[in-house]
Amino acid sequence: MKALGPTRIALRLLMRNRMAVGSMIVLSVIVGLALAAPILPIPPQERINLEYGPRPPSPAHPLGTDDLGRDLLSRVLYGTRISLAVGLLATAVSLVIGVTYGAVAGYAGGRLDNVMMRVVDILYGLPWMFLVIILLVVFGRSILNLFIALGAVQWLTMSRIVRGQVLSVKEKEYVEAARAVGCGRRRFLFRHILPNVLGPVIVYSTLMVPAVMLEESFLSFLGLGVPDPYASLGKLAKAGADAMQSYPWMLIFPGAVLTVILFSLNFVGDGLRDALDPQLKK
Amino acid sequence: MTTYILKRLLSVIPVIFVIASASFFIMRGAPGGPFDKERNMTEEVRRSLEAKYHFDKPVWRQYLIDMGGLLRGDLGPSFQYEGRTVNEIIADGFGTSLLLGAMAMALAVVLGLSAGILAGARQNSWLDHLLMSCSMTGISIPNFVLGPLLVLLFSLTLHWLPVAGWRGARYMILPTIALALPYTAYIARLARGGMLEVIRTDYIRTARAKGLPERLVILRHALRPAVMPVVSYLGPASAHVLTGILVIESIFSIPGLGRYFVLSALNRDYTVVLGTVLIYSTLLVFFNLLVDVAYAILDPRVRYGTK
Repeated sequence: MKALGPTRIALRLLMRNRMAVGSMIVLSVIVGLALAAPILPIPPQERINLEYGPRPPSPAHPLGTDDLGRDLLSRVLYGTRISLAVGLLATAVSLVIGVTYGAVAGYAGGRLDNVMMRVVDILYGLPWMFLVIILLVVFGRSILNLFIALGAVQWLTMSRIVRGQVLSVKEKEYVEAARAVGCGRRRFLFRHILPNVLGPVIVYSTLMVPAVMLEESFLSFLGLGVPDPYASLGKLAKAGADAMQSYPWMLIFPGAVLTVILFSLNFVGDGLRDALDPQLKK
Repeated sequence: MTTYILKRLLSVIPVIFVIASASFFIMRGAPGGPFDKERNMTEEVRRSLEAKYHFDKPVWRQYLIDMGGLLRGDLGPSFQYEGRTVNEIIADGFGTSLLLGAMAMALAVVLGLSAGILAGARQNSWLDHLLMSCSMTGISIPNFVLGPLLVLLFSLTLHWLPVAGWRGARYMILPTIALALPYTAYIARLARGGMLEVIRTDYIRTARAKGLPERLVILRHALRPAVMPVVSYLGPASAHVLTGILVIESIFSIPGLGRYFVLSALNRDYTVVLGTVLIYSTLLVFFNLLVDVAYAILDPRVRYGTK
């Protein structure tokens, strides 16, 4: 019998988790449709048809049309692209900041670590969303500013996780052994520390994407999200909430798609956590 | 313990000072002033307005004036709401927002803890699966989608509850639920996780072995350590509730602080923005302190000040 590597074990555990697999399938369908939106046989999202106006779902417009007669399916698919893009990019921003910060603190240890973590503690207790709103108002609403602001807020937890992981790995015997045989700093970092930090980082990043998407839609809802002519799911939900009395489908479909995406991402993240840390789930 | 609390209280001051300075410089560093919208303003009027609000002075003087006011507890006049001071505006909306936030937190804690402990005590039963599916859905539905949906169902279709406004208990039901649900769901998951961890420990097995009824095992021995993850989540949760209030107040047209903040940020009403951010930060910092103290009381292993 062949022994399985840790990655294979994790993969096998993940595949046994029915909710996670189901979520991955749902996600792939939604992401696939969103990516394929430009080549799908649907009306362009910005085509306004005032004479047609807002109408409930029909064979021509599966999700109906909005108050300007735009095809809602098309709007929702393009909105999904924007929401996902913001989620992924902001996560990438916070990944870079958080991993670097946490790794430096954990690796350096001692006084530097102390100071760096005190800073994180203090920042942690601040009402960040308010500063993000002020920043967006002041520097203007562009997609770039949006994901920098969101990413800049999200890195705190990431840096804590990475630091904790680096600290605990540093104390392990095999690391000491690697040191003893004269392992270079570079090889040490990339061969021994990094692979052990990777698991929690992957899990937390997966969970951060829905968190950021939620925050983006939250800002969009307040009128501070992605600027026109782009529409994210949150912005569509806002338009729907304003018009729900007469055209409830305008709220229900974007809201449902957003909820399903967040739901699936949360399940995949949970599944990954259980798979990468088998001790957690007995 | 008392020294610890005092120390933490003192450490609040620099944090608030930093927040005030940061918000001040970000707002002032921005292009465009609060009077840009009024186009038909003569040069004379503009200048006298600017003099009244100290805009004619260099930025460092403005900073000193604002910070001086802050020390005296005077947040200055509003730029947009004529004749009203920021203190009045905050006094106006603060109570409403605080009530809404407190009710939502209470609901989330009570409901979330009960659901989580129930699910954890009966792991893998149908009840556990049902509660956890509900909680995953609750976490995933954004409260700005949930709020309008609740209005659609209970107000516009069933006509049971008012659509919007803030004029009595009936008006508070939907906003509180919409605000509380995601945190209820999260607390339920945390409590269940804590429960599962505790229930596997040896001392619970001992309690069961000595013949204690299951109900007492849970209530007397498992409960306290199981809720610790929930207690530490209350700090971040209160921050989320504070931001959640922003959208909930705008959905339900509630005259709270959140609406003032959003409107003022969009209108560049500096003093109101600064004032509201300060109030929120202070609340948050104090709440975090409260959570830490509660943690120390609940968990006898945590000892502060002795290193």
